[in-house]
Amino acid sequence: MASLKEVRNRIVSVNSTQQITKAMKMVSAAKLRRATDAITQMRPYSKKLTEMIATVSANAEGAKENPYTIVRNINKVLVIVVTSDRGLCGAFNANVGKAAVSLIAEKYVEQQAAGNVEIMALGKKGGEYLARRGYNVNTQYADIFTKLSFANVRIAAEAAMNGFEEGKYDVVELVYNEFKNVATQILKTEQVMPIVEKKDDKVKASSVDYIFEPSEEEIINELIPKALKLQIYKAVLESNASEHGARMTAMDKATDNAGELLKELKLQYNRSRQAAITNEILEIVGGAEALAAA
Amino acid sequence: MNLQIITPDKKVFSGEVEVVTLPGTDGSFQILKDHAPIVSTLGKGTLAADKQLFTIDGGVVEVLNNKILVLAEAVL
Repeated sequence: MASLKEVRNRIVSVNSTQQITKAMKMVSAAKLRRATDAITQMRPYSKKLTEMIATVSANAEGAKENPYTIVRNINKVLVIVVTSDRGLCGAFNANVGKAAVSLIAEKYVEQQAAGNVEIMALGKKGGEYLARRGYNVNTQYADIFTKLSFANVRIAAEAAMNGFEEGKYDVVELVYNEFKNVATQILKTEQVMPIVEKKDDKVKASSVDYIFEPSEEEIINELIPKALKLQIYKAVLESNASEHGARMTAMDKATDNAGELLKELKLQYNRSRQAAITNEILEIVGGAEALAAA
Repeated sequence: MNLQIITPDKKVFSGEVEVVTLPGTDGSFQILKDHAPIVSTLGKGTLAADKQLFTIDGGVVEVLNNKILVLAEAVL
């Protein structure tokens, strides 16, 4: 049986670990609130933008032609992988990494063999995960989470959009975690460009007779890049909220586990203590008897 | 008239105004009460709502029933 001192040392160390995990859980809870606030802040913009696109495209016939809808032969692929900067959030980052790997394995085997799959890492962990596995990772925009704002995400989104426009990429995919609730994230893979029309989001176009300036087509061409940037920004915000949610649950579990461990250790400690005391009494009684016999 | 300026990060401005001057892509223009419904793209420039000034980095504006909605990517 472990000595009393050893057990006591372990109890102290588990105790301090538990304090750390508890603190991390609280911090994540606070950050999660801020992250979900950011999503709420973005919603009015997003809603209005989709409405406007619906209104204008209902009035514009030739507006379907724009540089982001062109379907080309797929030679070069860009995969935007949204993860977090920090670990200790369960399988959060590994899930995204795995999804990216399986996406490439399913759809872009030839392109990967030819070395034409590029990965844009938003968040350091995903970049590290994929770089270790020999993928071509561009980490130029990896540190957007140090100061998360639309301005920063926009730069990365514009880089991807320009790349698509110039033919540097023929398809752009996005892999991220969507925030459902604190305990659940939904892993999502979306094709960003060329734009695929979604059947499900039916936004009612208003029947008001608007004046369009300069013209319907030009407005649409102005709105679509905005919608794309917003789509990427949304993914980043969702991922950010998911990260904190995932960390919160992971740390909550860790705190519980530490509690269990402490319970066991304390039991062990008391047992050893009792054994030591019994031993001592036996010795004393033995000694006393020996004296009495003499 | 009710004016709202929204960016993806936050709602920058929301309130009642008398006159709004907007930096349209084809030149600056002004919106007064009871303006006809209009959707227009905006360039980089200064948006003046009464006496308040906002510098916006491009965007779109929608005017409907005395409600002016400006969607800007960034307000500097």
